[in-house]
Amino acid sequence: MTISFLLLAAITIIGTAAAMSLKNAVHCVLALTLGLVGLAALYLQLGAQFIGLTQILVYVGAVAILAVFAIMMTRNRNQETASTESGSFRLSGTLTALLLFAVLAWAIFTGISPQALGGAQPEASVHEVGVALMQRFVLPLEIIGVLLTAALIGAGVLAIEEKEGNQ
Amino acid sequence: MSPLSGYLLLSAVLFSIGLSGALTRRNAIIVLIGIELMLNAANLNFIAFWHYSPHPEMLTGVMFVIFSIGIAAAEAAVGLSIIVAVYRHFRTTDLDKISFLKG
Amino acid sequence: MPEMIDQIFVLLKHWIMGYVPSGLQPVSSAILSVLPVIVVFPLLFAITTVLERKGLGRMQNRYGPNRAGPWGILQPAADGIKSLTKEDIVPRSSDQLIHLMAPIVMVIASFLVYTVVPVGRNMVVADLNAGVLFFFAIGSMVELAVFMAGWSSRSKYSLLGAMRAIAQMISYEMPMVLSGIVAIMAAGSLSTVTIVNMQAGYTGIWPHWYLFTPWGITGYILFMIAATAESNRCPFDMPEGESEIIAGYFIEYSGFKFALFFVAEYLGMMATSAMAITLFLGGWAAPFSFLTWIPSWFWFFAKLLLMMMIFIWIRGTLPRLRMDQLMNFGWKFMLPLSLINIFSAGLWHYLPSGFTRWSVVSLLLLFSCFLLSRGLRRNKWFQERTYRFAS
Repeated sequence: MTISFLLLAAITIIGTAAAMSLKNAVHCVLALTLGLVGLAALYLQLGAQFIGLTQILVYVGAVAILAVFAIMMTRNRNQETASTESGSFRLSGTLTALLLFAVLAWAIFTGISPQALGGAQPEASVHEVGVALMQRFVLPLEIIGVLLTAALIGAGVLAIEEKEGNQ
Repeated sequence: MSPLSGYLLLSAVLFSIGLSGALTRRNAIIVLIGIELMLNAANLNFIAFWHYSPHPEMLTGVMFVIFSIGIAAAEAAVGLSIIVAVYRHFRTTDLDKISFLKG
Repeated sequence: MPEMIDQIFVLLKHWIMGYVPSGLQPVSSAILSVLPVIVVFPLLFAITTVLERKGLGRMQNRYGPNRAGPWGILQPAADGIKSLTKEDIVPRSSDQLIHLMAPIVMVIASFLVYTVVPVGRNMVVADLNAGVLFFFAIGSMVELAVFMAGWSSRSKYSLLGAMRAIAQMISYEMPMVLSGIVAIMAAGSLSTVTIVNMQAGYTGIWPHWYLFTPWGITGYILFMIAATAESNRCPFDMPEGESEIIAGYFIEYSGFKFALFFVAEYLGMMATSAMAITLFLGGWAAPFSFLTWIPSWFWFFAKLLLMMMIFIWIRGTLPRLRMDQLMNFGWKFMLPLSLINIFSAGLWHYLPSGFTRWSVVSLLLLFSCFLLSRGLRRNKWFQERTYRFAS
């Protein structure tokens, strides 16, 4: 429980909470980016350098930009109002989330005995990750390659479909 | 409180925030963002368990997160293009107004 | 003696560290590593701007700046004072916080990428074992800063400029990363220091730079084209096209914030050049074995200025591309060619060394380059222009 952990956790929680509660959708995406950068810093702190940098590359460089583009392409003419978000609806959603959090926290505090865990400071170097990816995990790697190609083509087809129908 | 439970608690907070956003917001893009957030909370759990596990040299948690990030990226790309396609049809991204099966 | 001059900055740091109490050692070590980066690269930026304006002036048959100081070399200082003393105007309807954050995020990202650039032997701020990944990850934050600037200004022109800039940067980021991968494959490491060390040897007088292989020169050219597009320079300067959308995403900025965007643009350009030097041009390694007595940091900065000169030359030579030409070139030529380049680098590794692999890999690359450019032309890329109303 170090100071750096508390600081990064605070940044992450503030960023993500703002992302889920701000009115303007673009503000939400920017706040989410802040939260995910905090999460990436936590990964770096845990010794997973490759994961932390990949997190920044994928979420800041790709997903946030993609979400912003989607928001720009779907801007509603009539300003979005909270009319559909009735008070009771919002209350029940928040209550469900709080209930879930209570259950998870109870499980965490009762389920884990700290003595059972290793105390080493592991470091996932890029070399080890690469060797593991190319030897033990080569089949999942191929499958995810196919999946990403399919997603690329699928996203392209979905985006142009309607336009061709209009012509 | 051990360091591991700190990370797990943070992950639980992130998951709950993501869930509350996905349940209460009506803008489809924000709902998608909430789902991404829940995936990220799970990733934090994997990395924390890997870091404090007795056999970190197996790299299982790290591998799981690499594939999870890849799948989350694919999910975001397809999900957002579906939202754009739906918007072209209904002229809105408000999930309450998109309620026809055959539009 | 040459070794001493080569290591003079490293020795200087150790000498200063000797006088620092042990409690402050980590902090002062970090400061001593970061401070030169914060001082040297902005200085280089100032030199580059004056060189660019004078060089462009000569190319366009005019003098360029020649009023401030002898031959106009104090022009950057004059520009700096002007932008510092100008009024900082923030549009009333703008999103104040994001409008303020955008230039800050951009400058921080532009400085952070220098962390992993080795500017000389033993001279790097941090030798991360995922250095190249760090470079590309932090570099992608610039795109978000561009969007923040364009969107928060609440101006049609700045939003259009930001959208053009992001579309262009996303399209060219992929060929940039993919063309850099060949050097990573050859070195077998993501650490910039290791990549440079792998290129530091010599055969006879010739260096082992990756530039002197068929896949290396292809990768280098692709990387430089993508770097030009990433830094929104001519001929890819459509996001700031002055005649169409005035200045792009930073129209609504004035005074010091405008200067920050200007600095960030040049720092980004120098950072991508530094990465191209690290990946393909042997970093700080001397070009011939008999020139190794000249200090390593001199070679790095000489190469950097040479790259800047190429950027300025291209800017003075080529006209601006249209949006469709830009996208066609990025997705239908650069991306496939960089994928084929990765394949040919793998082929190079497994073929027997000598004439065979040179001819096979070069022929493969030339053939695919020819086919891809034919494909572009079939798309009527260079169609003869017809003037409907003027003939």
